[in-house]
Amino acid sequence: MNDLVLSLFRLGFLVLIWLLVLSIVGAMRRDLAIGARARTGAPSARALKKNPELAEPEVSTRKAASTLHIVEGPLAGRSIPLQGEPIMFGRAQDATVVLEDDYASGRHARLFPQGSRWFIEDLGSTNGTFVGDSQLTRAQPVEPGQRIRIGKTVLELKA
Amino acid sequence: MSELHTAPVPRRNLELVLLLLALSVGAAAFFLVGSSSDANDNTDFFVQTGILAGLALLMHIMLRIFAKYADPVILPITVALNSLGLAMIHRIDLAKTTDQSMRQLLWTTIAVIIAAVVLWAIRDHRMLRRFTYIALLASIILLLLPMIPGFGVTINGARIWVRLGPFSMQPGELAKITLSIFFAGYLSSNRDLILMAGRKLGPLQLPRLRDMAPMVVAWVLSIGVLVVQRDLGSSILFFGLFIVMIYVATARISWVLIGLLMVAAGGVFAAMTMSHVTRRIDVWLNAFSPEIYQARGGSMQIVEGLFGMADGGLFGTGLGQGSPYRVPLANSDMIIASFGEEIGLIGLSAIVLLYMLLISRGLRAALGSRDTFGKLLAAGLSFTLGLQCIVIIGGVSRLIPLTGLATPFMAAGGSSLLANWIIVALLLMISHNSRRPMLGGVGPTDEVATPGAITTKAVKNV
Repeated sequence: MNDLVLSLFRLGFLVLIWLLVLSIVGAMRRDLAIGARARTGAPSARALKKNPELAEPEVSTRKAASTLHIVEGPLAGRSIPLQGEPIMFGRAQDATVVLEDDYASGRHARLFPQGSRWFIEDLGSTNGTFVGDSQLTRAQPVEPGQRIRIGKTVLELKA
Repeated sequence: MSELHTAPVPRRNLELVLLLLALSVGAAAFFLVGSSSDANDNTDFFVQTGILAGLALLMHIMLRIFAKYADPVILPITVALNSLGLAMIHRIDLAKTTDQSMRQLLWTTIAVIIAAVVLWAIRDHRMLRRFTYIALLASIILLLLPMIPGFGVTINGARIWVRLGPFSMQPGELAKITLSIFFAGYLSSNRDLILMAGRKLGPLQLPRLRDMAPMVVAWVLSIGVLVVQRDLGSSILFFGLFIVMIYVATARISWVLIGLLMVAAGGVFAAMTMSHVTRRIDVWLNAFSPEIYQARGGSMQIVEGLFGMADGGLFGTGLGQGSPYRVPLANSDMIIASFGEEIGLIGLSAIVLLYMLLISRGLRAALGSRDTFGKLLAAGLSFTLGLQCIVIIGGVSRLIPLTGLATPFMAAGGSSLLANWIIVALLLMISHNSRRPMLGGVGPTDEVATPGAITTKAVKNV
C-alpha cells in the first residue's frame, strides 16, 4: 500500500476512535444535564406502550398508620403518635421508647417510615424481634394490625 | 450516601448503535494491523472481527433479556478496549512470530461467556450479600493458592500463578471481586455502628478499635501479599480498594487519613527492607542512568517504552508501523506504551478517556443504586478498574514506580480478562437494578440507612 493511503488510514483510525469517545459522551448527555432541561419525570406515551412496566404504580388506598399501641408488656396501654420520625426501642436511655425489660437489648429494634409504609428492623438484638410468629432477619414492612414482639412487649400499628 | 435518579428508559437500541461503532473501531484496528504486515494477510482479520462481533452481540442480547435497563455505554466501551487490546497483541505477534493473540481471543470468548452466565445466574446483585463471609474466605483461599508447593509457579519474581495442566491462572485477579463483595457486604451491615461509635478528636471522629479489625485484616492481607508473593501491584490495589470503600460507606475523612498513614508506614518499611521494592523505586527515580538501564531487571523496559512513546509523538507511527516489539512485555505490562507509539498521544488519550468513561459509568451505577450493598459494590468494583489503570498507566509513563498490574481488558492475560469481564457483568447488573422502574409503592430497597435519625453518642450493651 502506498504511503498516502496508509497515512489516511492512520488518521482515519484516530478520527474513528475519537468519534466513539464523543458519541459515548453524547449518549451520556441526559445524565450530565441535571437541571431544568433534564428529561426526568413521567415517561412518554410511546415509551409506556413499548415498556408497560414503566407505568406509575397505582397510589395505594391503604391508609397510613398513625399511632403505635403498646398491647402487652410493662408499658401496656400506652400509645405513641407516629410523626414520620424513626422510633428506636431498647433498654438504653437514649432510645425513643425505653423498655424496662430484661429480655430487650440496649438498642433492640427500629421502626422507620419509607414511602407510605412503616418498616421494622432488628438492630442486632440478643433475643430477636418478631412480626407475628416469624423472627426478623432484615427490615420488613409492617401493616396496621400486625403484632410486633420485642422481649415482653407487644406493639401494634393503628391506622 | 448520595442518590441520583433519572426517568427509567431501557436505551438498548442506543447501546446497539454504540456497539457497532465500537466494533468498527476494533475492526479498523485489526484491518490496519493485518494490512501493514509484510504478508498483507487479512485472514485473521475476519476471524477476529467475526468472533468479537459475535461475542458483543451475545452480551447485547443477554442484556436485552435479563438486564433491560442496564447502562447503555458500559458494554460498548468494554468491547472497544478489548478489541484494541487484541489488535495490539496480534500486531506484536506478527513482529515476534509468537501466538499470543489466539490465546487472548480464546480467553476473551471464555470471559464473555462467563460474564453472560453471571448475568443470567445472579440477576439481582443483592443476593451476593448473602455470601459476605464466604467471599472473604474465597479471597483468602484465592490469594493463598499460589503458595501451595507444586501448584503455584513463580514467574518474573512474583509468586502469583497457579498451573493447571496447560493453563496458568492468576487467582489473585478474581480475589479483587470477592474482596469487593466482602467489603460491600460487611460495610453495608456495619455502617451504622462504625459511623456512630468512637471518640471525637477535634474535627476527626476516631473509630473504635474493634471496628478497626477488618481494616487491620485488609492491611495485613495486602502487606502479606507484598511480602510473601512479592506482588506490589495487587497489594496497592487491595488496600486502596478498602480505603475507598470505607470512605464511600462512611464519608469519614479520618478513615482515609488512618489508611494513608498505614500505607505510608507499610510503604516506607517495604522500601527500606525489601530488595525488590527498593529496586523498583531506584529504577523509577534514576531510570536514565546507564548502570540502571543496563542492569538485569533494570530500567531498560520502561525507558524503551518512553522512547517508543516519544517516537509516536502526537499522531503515532500508525498501527503496525512502529517498533513497539522492542520493549519487553510489549503486549502485556507495556501495552499502553505500545499504543502510545503506534497511535500517538491523540489515540492514547482517547483510550484513557474510554477508561475514565467506563469508571464514571460504574460510579454512576453506584449513585443510582437503591441499596447500600449495591452502592458499595459498584463503587468498589469501578474503583478496582480505576486503580488498575492508574497503577499501570502511571507506571508506564514513569509517574509512579512501575508495578505489574494488568491493563484492564487490553493486556495479554486470561485471568485478568476474565475478572474484568465479570466486573463489567456485575456493574451492568447493578446499573440495571438502579435504573429500572420501581415496582409497587416501595422500591426494592431492603434497608434504608438514616444515620442522622438515631442520635446515639455511644453504643452500649448492644
